Amino acid sequence: MTARHGTVIVGASIGGFTTAESLRRGGYEGRITVVGEEPHLPYHRPPLSKQILAGEWTHDDAAIAPVETISALGIDLVLGTRATGLDTGRRVVHTTEGELRFDSLVIATGVSARRLGQRSPLAGLHTLRTLDDATGLTADLAGAARVLVAGAGVLGSEIAAGLVKRGLAVTLVGRSRSIRFGQVGALLSPRLADLHEKNGVHLRLGLHVVRLLGTDRVAGAVLSDGSEVAADVVVAAAGSSPRVEWLAGSGLRIADGLWCDSAGRAAKDIYAVGDVARRPAASGTGSTRVEHQQNAIEQALAVAGTISTGFPHSPDIVPFFWSELYGTRIQAYGRFNGASTLEVVAGDAAEGKFVGLALCGSTAVGVVGWNLPRAFREARAQFTSGSPDIGERQFVP
Amino acid sequence: MKIEVNQQGCVGSGQCVLAADELFDQDDDGIVILLRDHAGPGLRDSAQRAASLCPARAITLSD
Ligand SMILES: Cc1cc2nc3c(=O)[nH]c(=O)nc-3n(C[C@H](O)[C@H](O)[C@H](O)COP(=O)(O)OP(=O)(O)OC[C@H]3O[C@@H](n4cnc5c(N)ncnc54)[C@H](O)[C@@H]3O)c2cc1C
Ligand code: SF4
Repeated sequence: MTARHGTVIVGASIGGFTTAESLRRGGYEGRITVVGEEPHLPYHRPPLSKQILAGEWTHDDAAIAPVETISALGIDLVLGTRATGLDTGRRVVHTTEGELRFDSLVIATGVSARRLGQRSPLAGLHTLRTLDDATGLTADLAGAARVLVAGAGVLGSEIAAGLVKRGLAVTLVGRSRSIRFGQVGALLSPRLADLHEKNGVHLRLGLHVVRLLGTDRVAGAVLSDGSEVAADVVVAAAGSSPRVEWLAGSGLRIADGLWCDSAGRAAKDIYAVGDVARRPAASGTGSTRVEHQQNAIEQALAVAGTISTGFPHSPDIVPFFWSELYGTRIQAYGRFNGASTLEVVAGDAAEGKFVGLALCGSTAVGVVGWNLPRAFREARAQFTSGSPDIGERQFVP
Repeated sequence: MKIEVNQQGCVGSGQCVLAADELFDQDDDGIVILLRDHAGPGLRDSAQRAASLCPARAITLSD
């Protein structure tokens, strides 16, 4: 690839930054421009709901790379600038600061937090997706005693745990009767519910917020069973929407994410990585969009390889994620669709440390680690050796 | 090649051990343990792979 080639990357978070860095490390000599709407240098989102919410880390601890490393890469990092449109014919991205011409374009705009349907914005109502959200939320918690978290998935669970660490009284409301934990689904629900309750969280499952109370500032919420929960702060962790609004009219296929092929190509010379990217499912039917850090990194590495070599890189990326609740490290690797049972293969569930295999019939489709990270890694390695399609493999402990 | 790890940032994924078990291990909490702080020519590629796959970017390499 010659020095005259130019790559524009939209989104300056883990997916966008990793693409830029990997292009350079791989010897790409062209110009690299990374456009990011947020004013901050690239930072990790996972600590926002963990160490940062709990008040254990400063913002600097969450930096993706030190300033010197970023400068040494020779990329143009254009922060505080939003992409507003794409002209695929002229190969131009429109931004709030003008036009950017590209030879290759990488779209890494992630997702935004869905808000609770609310006509006029109430003070005390928060979501948690960005560093600014975290700053706003933690500032608001200073005078609060009771917090309601709406949404009992991974994010809502982590937020509840972080708030408990800060000494707040927490009510966690979840629409489903079980706690659905990312790709693991309901498999861990009883254990998660137990963990929350042991730590003093008031769990309200099978319910949702129908109305918020308060005039200027939130005072609580009415739930779907008619009950009222008093709260000084409400945090919505009720899902996310892909950031594709700026691609309207571009001709790219948009429906719950930006559609691309297994090498991340949405069109000729246009790629998508990370939370925004919808790709064909490994099973061959349907498509998936994965919202995990590891997935964003692996897709970014592959797209950088495709751009710099010209050969499509389509690795089979098996979803992996981790979470931490009240000091319990939860890890999951695999595609859990259809899994209905969890078979403990290492450790002891009663002691709060185990590795489980998620079974779909008699076939293992995923591995779950609960406070047993080394054994989790060993179990997971058995899947990766040999066929990459763990869905087809029987696990032999 | 010099290798450094940031144990505070490590999330215990074990990705580094899967990529290079000659260089990395994990303690009982899953936190990375550096087995050697230098990678010779034979281990450079796997060290690079471990660093680029680390979800917390807790591994730094320098020449
Ligand atoms: C609180 C929280 C905790 C998490 N914890 C975990 C965890 O423990 N484990 C795990 O695996 N994953 C976790 N995740 C998910 C993980 O952070 C994401 O998968 C990852 O950040 C995806 O990276 P990305 O680069 O695709 O998108 P994002 O990180 O969403 O970045 C997209 C960037 O693009 C910018 N952008 C959007 N539109 C435009 C535009 N038009 N112009 C310019 N810039 C734009 C956005 O402002 C943003 O900075 C967590 C996420 C959150 C929010
Ligand atoms: S890959 Fe990174 S996060 Fe995972 S164990 Fe190694 S150093 Fe820690």
